[in-house]
Amino acid sequence: MTELVKGLSGEEALPTGEPVNISRRKLLLASAGATAGALVIGFGLPLGAARAQGPGAMAPGTRVPAFLEIRPDNMVRFLSPFVEGGQGIFTAMAQIVGEELDADPASFIVENAPAGDDYGVMEGGGRYTGGSQSVRSSYDTMRRLGALARQMLLQAASASLGVPIGQLTTKPGAVVHTASGRTMAYGSLAAKALDLPVPDPASVKLKDPSEFRWIGKPVERIDVYEKSVGKAIFAIDCSVDGMLHAAVQHAPRLGLTVGTIRNEAQLLAMKGVHSVHVLPGAVAVVAERWWNAKRAAEAAQVDWKEPGPDSKVRYMPADFSTAEFAEKLATAPGDGVDAEKEGDIAGAFESAGKVVSATYYSQYVRHAQLEPPSALARFNQDGSLDVWLPNQAPEMFRADISARTGLEPEKINIHSPLLGGFFGRHFLYEFANPYPQAIELAKEVGRPIKLIWSREEEFLRDPVRPMAIVRFRGALDADGMPVALEAVSACEGPTEALWGHQDGKVDESAVEGLTGKSYAFPNKRIAQLYVQNPAMIGYWRSVGNSMNDFLYETFLDELADEGGQDPYELRLHLLKENARLTTLLKSVVELSGGWKRGPFTAVDGTKRARGIAMASPFGSHTAAIAEVSIEHGEVKVHDLWQSIDPGKIVNPAIIEAQINSAVALGLSEVLLEDAAYEKGMPLARNYDMYPILPPHRMPRVHVRIVESGEKMGGIGEPGLPAVPPAVANAVSQLTGRRIRAMPLSQFKFSS
Amino acid sequence: MKLQINNKAYDVEADGDTPLLWVIRDELGMTGTKYGCGLAQCGACSVLVDGMVMRSCVTPVESVAGRSITTIEAIEEDEVGKRVVEAWVKHQVPQCGYCQSGQVIAATALLKQTAHPTDEDVMAAMANLCRCGTYNAISAAVRDLAEEEGAQ
Repeated sequence: MTELVKGLSGEEALPTGEPVNISRRKLLLASAGATAGALVIGFGLPLGAARAQGPGAMAPGTRVPAFLEIRPDNMVRFLSPFVEGGQGIFTAMAQIVGEELDADPASFIVENAPAGDDYGVMEGGGRYTGGSQSVRSSYDTMRRLGALARQMLLQAASASLGVPIGQLTTKPGAVVHTASGRTMAYGSLAAKALDLPVPDPASVKLKDPSEFRWIGKPVERIDVYEKSVGKAIFAIDCSVDGMLHAAVQHAPRLGLTVGTIRNEAQLLAMKGVHSVHVLPGAVAVVAERWWNAKRAAEAAQVDWKEPGPDSKVRYMPADFSTAEFAEKLATAPGDGVDAEKEGDIAGAFESAGKVVSATYYSQYVRHAQLEPPSALARFNQDGSLDVWLPNQAPEMFRADISARTGLEPEKINIHSPLLGGFFGRHFLYEFANPYPQAIELAKEVGRPIKLIWSREEEFLRDPVRPMAIVRFRGALDADGMPVALEAVSACEGPTEALWGHQDGKVDESAVEGLTGKSYAFPNKRIAQLYVQNPAMIGYWRSVGNSMNDFLYETFLDELADEGGQDPYELRLHLLKENARLTTLLKSVVELSGGWKRGPFTAVDGTKRARGIAMASPFGSHTAAIAEVSIEHGEVKVHDLWQSIDPGKIVNPAIIEAQINSAVALGLSEVLLEDAAYEKGMPLARNYDMYPILPPHRMPRVHVRIVESGEKMGGIGEPGLPAVPPAVANAVSQLTGRRIRAMPLSQFKFSS
Repeated sequence: MKLQINNKAYDVEADGDTPLLWVIRDELGMTGTKYGCGLAQCGACSVLVDGMVMRSCVTPVESVAGRSITTIEAIEEDEVGKRVVEAWVKHQVPQCGYCQSGQVIAATALLKQTAHPTDEDVMAAMANLCRCGTYNAISAAVRDLAEEEGAQ
């Protein structure tokens, strides 16, 4: 795409201010002669607008030409409402749309769609890529889109062949007139078909699932080859003619502003440096090459100023320490706001045979996606603005850019390249994204600016997954069976961190995973005790569940042990009225060869144990078992078994890959990660001090998909939450030491 | 300074201490080689220099002048590299894909040196980070290649 963007930058090639006037057919025909393998003909352009059939008149997800283009060579170009960042959504979209369109997913070329109302295809309107929502929230709409396109092709073929539409059918990529044996490839019909009015969405019939050719099958991903040969284009790879590069040095603590740059003259004299700029909370250097910009930005000697009383920025104080903050949370006064409450908690604890109380800890963690954030901004002569940036929500970013620049949204072209990992990193977090800086610099310099945050600057501004410290109480009856559970979580959720805390209200993103559990406790209370964090908080893969299922499921094992119950049998008992979760739990036990808690001695002579845990995140349900030993004083995970019930599925191969991926991130969190702060600063600014799971610590992963047929759930995130507690429960059993905190690297174990 | 990259000669303007990575990406416009950490921690920037894997983010460009550099863009021109790419597709390795240029380069370097590496060889050589956790798919692909009959 680099060449492409360069090619588009000349005004003669593309009047960027008037994309609505571009003839799609001209572009389409021009593209037919493009070199083989050319990915795109106008990356991110709102092509469909050229065939507007009355603006605003159509429901999102129905304006076929806004999504689809079928080339003369029968390749299908599809603009995805959901951004691809590794989770396989482009392939899933190709399967879903291709199924009803009757076009092989392998013939799809998928790109991220631009900003625009047409792409607001989620149930309830709008769109973002997150919450493991993409497929489940748009499944019917995207199927219908494919069916509408097929219907338009049939109509065009009917006119071309002069036969009634009822005599026509399709096979993959072609319309067939069975009576005469004639066929017409989609590519030969598309130019006519896509000029037809889109039929009434209610007029097309969707396939019966028994007829599915691609949905539900392990269809190969459509992006693996390009990603294996370095041809996939991420934001950091984009370039346009005439651009300059920029790097920044952020204030060491959020909230500080630039006082003076003591060595500005020296910076300006450094090789390749074009200019030095003061931005909110940062110094930027613009240069001919990024390396020159980075060196100068690092060399800047800045006197930082404390914020004034009117500063609205979340302020990181100079004495902030995560260790102290964890204790503050653990001892925060109050018992929180109810999130879930059932039965008679007070009575249950009064009459309990035994009460178990314990405080459990989680930690800040970083997204640490491999691609550092970047943004490329270009103001055009016609007053429009192009921005290439990693993002999970194009319209939200466009609205923000509109507010910052005063430009009408229609004048702002959002380009969303592939994401080099995201895990929640690329939402609209204040001061955590480089695009406001890139836009400001482009304005000041009068040339396009590409800004990359170095890894160190990224780890300084990446919003952390919040820490929750939970005070648990459990009541056991005379037989040791739990009859009451109380969890008070001192935590700030990412949603309230972004949109504002409301007194007396619970933030679901803070407590999910403590709430939403299916275990039958006759008496329970889950509550949130809000404590604001100085650090910026963000969504992290599986959000609240990423910490809360660890906290809950490890305390459940503690309760089981205190009551003399086996943790697997206890879970079965607590789920005995829930057939779906009983089946799921039994399936993971079966997958692992039968429940074997240990400790036991493995064939290689190591002493091992297994732990079990469950989670119900994002509309799916999971159960996991981990087998661990201690090797050189640290935890080694040998095998991880996981069963997932997402209700209905689209691609079992991608589900298995996503479970592997979520297992890796869950292990990384429980074994290694801790974004600790001291004196207001993160201790780690790169992977050397913030280790993420390396290859040699990846266990064997065994996946079973239980397709219950229930409502479709998510896939990208659900595989994570059961992993940390399964590991911790195994370690507690193996070592006899109750694990109540992550990461495990803070503990020394003896083999 | 003259560089030999993918069997082509380039004249580059960058200072000698500029990391090879940024010369490749910014000055020469080949973006397949990735920046991840700048500290030789993650391996996303891996390239081949005379057939050996090097982390270009910490390699001063002057240190590789006159040597034969291969980036991911030319990986399929190498017999071993071509097989590695085929195995990556067969095993459906990439997810986000950002680290995969470096992973393919690392696997190519390993197999060029040791056609039939042991599991320990694979473990030692395939140390690049992947935040998507494609490690099991990577090791399956490399083991597949390590066991191939035709390999020398």
